[in-house]
Amino acid sequence: MAEITMVQAIQQALTIEMEKDPRVVILGEDVGRNGGVFRVTDGLIERFGKDRVIDTPLAESAIIGTSVGMSVNGLKPVAEIQFLGFIYEAMDQIASQAARMRFKSAGRFHVPMVIRSPYGGGVRTPELHSDSLEALFSHTPGLKIVMPSNPYDAKGLLISAIRDNDPVLFLEPMKLYRTCKQDVPEGEYEIQIGKAHIVKEGHHATIVSWGPPVQTLKKIVDEYEKEDIHLELIDLRTVAPIDIETILKSVEKTERLLIVHEAVKTNGIGAEIAALVSEKGLFSLSAPILRVTGYDTPYPVGTVEDDWLPSDKRIKLSVEKLLSY
Amino acid sequence: MVFKSPIGVINMFDENQLTFNIIKRLDEQGNLVDEQKLNIKQSELLEIYKWMKKARLLDEKLLKLQRQGRIGTYAPFSGQEAAQVGSAFALNSNDWICPSYRDIAACLVHGMPIEQILYYIKGHVEGGKSPENVNILPIQIIIAAQTLHAVGIGYASKLKGESSVAISYFGDGATSEGDFHEALNFAAVYKTPTIFFCQNNQYAISVPLKQQMASKTIAQKAIAYGMIGIQVDGNDVVAVYEATKEAIERARNGGGPTLIEALTYRYGPHTTSDDPNKYRSNEEKEEWLKKDPIIRLKKWIHKQNIWSDEQDREFENNFQDEMNRIIDEVEKQDFPKINEIFNHVYDKMTNHLYEQQMEANSIIQRKDGDHNG
Repeated sequence: MAEITMVQAIQQALTIEMEKDPRVVILGEDVGRNGGVFRVTDGLIERFGKDRVIDTPLAESAIIGTSVGMSVNGLKPVAEIQFLGFIYEAMDQIASQAARMRFKSAGRFHVPMVIRSPYGGGVRTPELHSDSLEALFSHTPGLKIVMPSNPYDAKGLLISAIRDNDPVLFLEPMKLYRTCKQDVPEGEYEIQIGKAHIVKEGHHATIVSWGPPVQTLKKIVDEYEKEDIHLELIDLRTVAPIDIETILKSVEKTERLLIVHEAVKTNGIGAEIAALVSEKGLFSLSAPILRVTGYDTPYPVGTVEDDWLPSDKRIKLSVEKLLSY
Repeated sequence: MVFKSPIGVINMFDENQLTFNIIKRLDEQGNLVDEQKLNIKQSELLEIYKWMKKARLLDEKLLKLQRQGRIGTYAPFSGQEAAQVGSAFALNSNDWICPSYRDIAACLVHGMPIEQILYYIKGHVEGGKSPENVNILPIQIIIAAQTLHAVGIGYASKLKGESSVAISYFGDGATSEGDFHEALNFAAVYKTPTIFFCQNNQYAISVPLKQQMASKTIAQKAIAYGMIGIQVDGNDVVAVYEATKEAIERARNGGGPTLIEALTYRYGPHTTSDDPNKYRSNEEKEEWLKKDPIIRLKKWIHKQNIWSDEQDREFENNFQDEMNRIIDEVEKQDFPKINEIFNHVYDKMTNHLYEQQMEANSIIQRKDGDHNG
């Protein structure tokens, strides 16, 4: 076991699966010789050759559309969209083609592809590099959406995603690529898609999150613990499908729910969780369900982005409000 | 061409320097246009004739069924039989077709059963399912989206060391879509075994070709991507077959993709929901009827004394009977139930879909209960 970054963990997962399964191919812009703009695929072209690590022309729709065809004819493509903000170019090929192939062919064809894409704020990028667009894709039946928050999860979830028989959108938080290090086993292991992880047990309130805010929340939960306030932190890991059972079980115990996500607020995954909890667990609650999210504006410029994101301050205010009931 | 611009004289490439000889083998009177030997056997041409005839009869039947309210919206293809049948006939059975909604004749030739076509048009839940050994993708609704799938399929064939190729069918309108251009570029860069088969039927619903593009031909677009582009008389099934066959062999042997522009015309509306008289003249249609692909080949096989009018009538009657039998059989099937739609969203049904399926089941049971009560 060695302490590694998320970039290294993801690279390990890709290497393991490419070694193991000749059907796995990687394609995307600059993924070959350059090793990807974040060096996630560094060295893979030397190891597996240019036919399996494919530097593509600059066209997002074609990266996904070609992957759909590859999948139908027996390959398992891992496509990279360089930044999540660029993914709109490929919207039809993801939502209307990849995600629907199994359904429209009544099971004759399926698309076992993974779409990897960096996303998320806090790294002072130019416009349209930092947006969290998971909710947009959660409205696409047939697609799974996985959002790891640490290196260990990223590796196990990516291995599961590549082995999955359905298309998986695998979103990698840019901010955590190198800032979050962790002990990760060298060999292969899977983490189940569609299952949340209880990061910290507690009984005063439940906080559900995914992706980068989980790291922020871990610190906040530790701080509250010193004051003898025990918060339960759930890392959703997969946002489609949502593991509502784990959330309901937690809320039954804590009677309070806070949801934290980086994406804009309205019609977000948080709204869906709140709706599900009110449908299935309303009588467990002793307080309104609260959300801390990005504001309903386009992702802003770097000088104000830290205040746009769910900051310590905003999260603590909501925790206190939740505990006041 | 020399172009004078305010900053000086610039050498420009002019599209008038491009000449595409429209490939033609059989003229409108059913005579060979030159002495060059046919690259297809007489018996195969008779088989092709039968496919075209079947396709036309099926198309006419489906149009009638739609008018009677027995099937949903339908996109007829009459007039385009030579383009579809000639090209699909050139494929091997393990090759792939990525069709649009107007390519039923090509699908028929490649092994799609008529009943499956009917299930699709009638809106059955499993209507989009090709039989296990038939490599046809579900009918594509989004214009040009399937061109990229043919690139990926071809790439996979090549990587796996298999010999199969992929052909993508689309219309003239599709050549304005981004996916078409991205597909041509990807296919040319990776030299995938892909055939881009454009049926230029002159209209994208109501918009005529001259408003669709400023270039002289669709075939010439291939040149910009570094691939071979050809123009073929799309109503001449011999020319279509030979041109496609050559492109397929080139693809199979590592020579990369080809863009084929087949010049043709649809006699009917875009779909059963529009009236072509709003955007096309009757004279224009009459001109194209003179170039009919089926009559042309019929004249030729008559001259070869391999097919008589009597055989033609008998063939038609037999196929009408066969179609009627299949339609009866399909119409006898119960409509699918709403609880069937959950099965193929994911490989393993998720909890939330299972819950929704249970809800749908309970609604069905309640409805049945109402009937009984």
